[in-house]
Amino acid sequence: MTETAQREVGRARPRKEDAHLITGQTNWTDNISVNGLLHLAILRSPMAHARIERVDVSAALERPGVIAAFSGRDVAEEMGSLPCAWPVAEDTVVPDHPPIAVDEVRYAGDPVAVVVARDRYTASDALEAIEVDYTPLPAVLDIEPALAEDAPPVHSDKGTNRSYNYHATSGDYEAAKAQAEVVLTRRYHQQRLIPTAMEPRAVVVTPLAASGDFTLYSSTQVPHVLRVLLAVTTGIPENKIRVVAPDVGGGFGSKLQVYGEEVITLVLAKRLGRPLKWTESRAEANVATHHGRSQVQDIEVAARRDGTLLGLKVSLLADMGAYLMLLSPGIPVLGASMYPAIYKMRAYDFSCTGVFTNRTPIDAYRGAGRPEATFAIERIMDDLAAELGMDPLELRRHNWIRHEEFPYTTIAGLTYDSGNYEAATDKAIALFDYDKLRAEQADRNHRGDTVRLGIGVSTYTEMCGLAPSRWLGEMRYAAGGWEAANIRVLPTGKVEVITGTSPHGQGHVTSWSQIAADVLGVPFEDVEVMHGDTRLATHGMDTYGSRSLVIGGVAVHEAARKVVDKARKVAAHLLEANEADLEFAEGAFSVKGSPEARKTIQEVAFETFTSHGLPDGMEPSINAEHVLDPDTFSYPHGTHLCAVEVDTETGAVHIRSYVCVDDVGKVVNPLIVEGQLHGGIAQGISQALYEEALYDEEGNLVTGTLADYMVPAAPDLPEFVTDRTETPATSNPLGVKGVGEAGTIASTPAVVNAVVDALRPLGVQDMRMPCTAERVWQALRSAKEASA
Amino acid sequence: MTHISVKVDGTTYEDDVEPRLLLIHYLRDRLGLTGTPIGCDTSNCGTCTVELDGAAVKSCSVLAVQADGSEVTTVQGLARDGEWTALQRAFHERHALQCGYCTPGMIMAARELLREHPHPTPDEVRHGLEGNLCRCTGYQNIVRAVLDVSEQEVTA
Repeated sequence: MTETAQREVGRARPRKEDAHLITGQTNWTDNISVNGLLHLAILRSPMAHARIERVDVSAALERPGVIAAFSGRDVAEEMGSLPCAWPVAEDTVVPDHPPIAVDEVRYAGDPVAVVVARDRYTASDALEAIEVDYTPLPAVLDIEPALAEDAPPVHSDKGTNRSYNYHATSGDYEAAKAQAEVVLTRRYHQQRLIPTAMEPRAVVVTPLAASGDFTLYSSTQVPHVLRVLLAVTTGIPENKIRVVAPDVGGGFGSKLQVYGEEVITLVLAKRLGRPLKWTESRAEANVATHHGRSQVQDIEVAARRDGTLLGLKVSLLADMGAYLMLLSPGIPVLGASMYPAIYKMRAYDFSCTGVFTNRTPIDAYRGAGRPEATFAIERIMDDLAAELGMDPLELRRHNWIRHEEFPYTTIAGLTYDSGNYEAATDKAIALFDYDKLRAEQADRNHRGDTVRLGIGVSTYTEMCGLAPSRWLGEMRYAAGGWEAANIRVLPTGKVEVITGTSPHGQGHVTSWSQIAADVLGVPFEDVEVMHGDTRLATHGMDTYGSRSLVIGGVAVHEAARKVVDKARKVAAHLLEANEADLEFAEGAFSVKGSPEARKTIQEVAFETFTSHGLPDGMEPSINAEHVLDPDTFSYPHGTHLCAVEVDTETGAVHIRSYVCVDDVGKVVNPLIVEGQLHGGIAQGISQALYEEALYDEEGNLVTGTLADYMVPAAPDLPEFVTDRTETPATSNPLGVKGVGEAGTIASTPAVVNAVVDALRPLGVQDMRMPCTAERVWQALRSAKEASA
Repeated sequence: MTHISVKVDGTTYEDDVEPRLLLIHYLRDRLGLTGTPIGCDTSNCGTCTVELDGAAVKSCSVLAVQADGSEVTTVQGLARDGEWTALQRAFHERHALQCGYCTPGMIMAARELLREHPHPTPDEVRHGLEGNLCRCTGYQNIVRAVLDVSEQEVTA
């Protein structure tokens, strides 16, 4: 840090935001109640695809306590179509997406009608009284059948289930392939996941009829983006809508959306002139909150026998579900830049087709495109190592960008500013005791042990800080990526930091306090951080994609520097000195050479408040704002190693050890960084071993509750050994890189590589996720039959 | 409607409730005690865990009428005169929460775990918290927090 000594950044501070969460003084959206509040319940389609012939809400309206009931047709004109902000190709097919279905339902869970009643029980009960006549239409559930010539269209007016084709190429892949001694082709599957934030979504709208103002509380990650798009969608002027994200109970990408329920609740509160609440049940959440992943990945790698990579070709089929949500088409395309990962090669060819199916829409889930990319490249690196008879770590070492080669522009066109893959990997190997585990593995294989050991490697990088607005524009993303920070030094010297990021568990209040306290030289306790209210944090781009620290945190740093610069002018006047002669340290300005001539920043703030003695023309404020739009992304990296024991008699997979060394650049708060890694690793392991959204042949979600959809509990996960190296980013003054998605991105391939590594000697070459005991057992049986 | 009398976090309430009203909705909607949130409909997640006559229960699987004549403790009844319990302090110090949504239920479940096993092993803590789901922390820091409290009692 430039201005003053670091006292806070780097310190493992327990979080300021814990106090109210630990004592139950919370402000979840569903906790909000106001006088006259009415409750909204939504009737959802029981069919994957059907024409709506008739919706009759009259019997529901007769129920005591029911205030109103509407079909999609009743409200279609006021609600517009839900937005898609990322049509990645010029000819992307973007179908209409009514918040309540009007003519057709396109997935089981699509809203069909709504009831407004005096309490939530009455509203839910009244749904039973709504009569809907459906004519079933053929549904297409899977990605590949959806592209068949005779596939029934999800959107009949579009006549195709292909939403877009995206193609990008760099170097001559066919030429690279022609020179290759080994060409390996693989198909991997990213199963459909349900993000499962612990807090189901909720929306509360309080209208103020006299002024036409609306306050909308939502369990959202994106209050600012939501406000803009609610205005566009409903026609209510943007400056009449205040969006508040109160305490938000997790998101993982699933709350970065503009959801139909937000539009419905707003429009019906306006129509009825009454405050209105909608709260999602978990069963609703599983069908109505967007899902993640769901891709078929064809990947081909061309290499020399010594392991040198020459080229990479990736061809994706990406499930969009029934509609395009806010970012749906962009998620796989965001991943496009990440397939070459940390490896040097001459040529890269990427293509992706977005496909409509009659299932819940797909959008961002923790990592958003980058876990999928990292999975494919890290899986095929292991497969290539096996093919070449090399150790998987040696193959990686042979190809990766060396420490002295940074900054390095990859074949995908990204320039990585800094990194040190050697250091992180060497540290991880030592913590993991790699050689000893390999020896044990060989011994078990030799003995024909029924419990096999597998070792999985993942050396990943990710692009964090979804920001450079120019880049987003080139990618046809309909918003910028900048972030705003505002710092107010109050008359008493206390400090308010207002951030445009919108945390939901990431600890911004604490980390941003640490950053501001250091630059301003004020106590950590003197800083308050405020967020998540568009009337307070007037502009922002919110929280997703590990962007908050790298853009929002750095914006706080820069705003604080502006405060110091402004305060320096006032201090120079007060001390009757030249600005250039002032030193700023420990929160005070002093004249070089005469340290007794001194003004603290708190004293300067008070002088500015009274403004009695400021010279003409000097602005009586040291408050400052900074809006940061960085030039580039940041690139955390790391090495994750996993050892699994696989019981070949039952198929059960047990994680014996998990070690990771991550390099997320400068660490602001080690406690928070470690926590983010733990949570991310847990979610990544869970994709590898446990989770999958499953449907029956009719298109009904059969994993519709937490009784059926496996979210791991404490006994299902191991202890994680986490450590780090610290290679500061050179692209921002804090040196930070972002951490929220690292664990998820890295862990899934590490675990699946370990499972395949354990089973390869038994003839199993691949495993589809999740690697459940049943699936492992089946794979072993198939391998045995094939060799018999 | 059925008349019930329940003592919640030290205060006695008398109310007429529908027989089907769940305890969690009684606490949240009738008493305004929103410190305990709801995470699922199937009593799988444990978010709504409270103590009913000293035993940890998932309040989405108890009817309000079943609590008639009983004493209920929620997370809002733990701190005394602003002083947190040892478990609350340990959750804070160990960073055993991120979004905090599962935290009230997790703390209530951990209280019961420590009452039954005052000195658990890490594995016993993991199994003891099996009925409470957390999506943020990966559980490791929660386990550490619970173990911290058991160790404090050994040395105290």
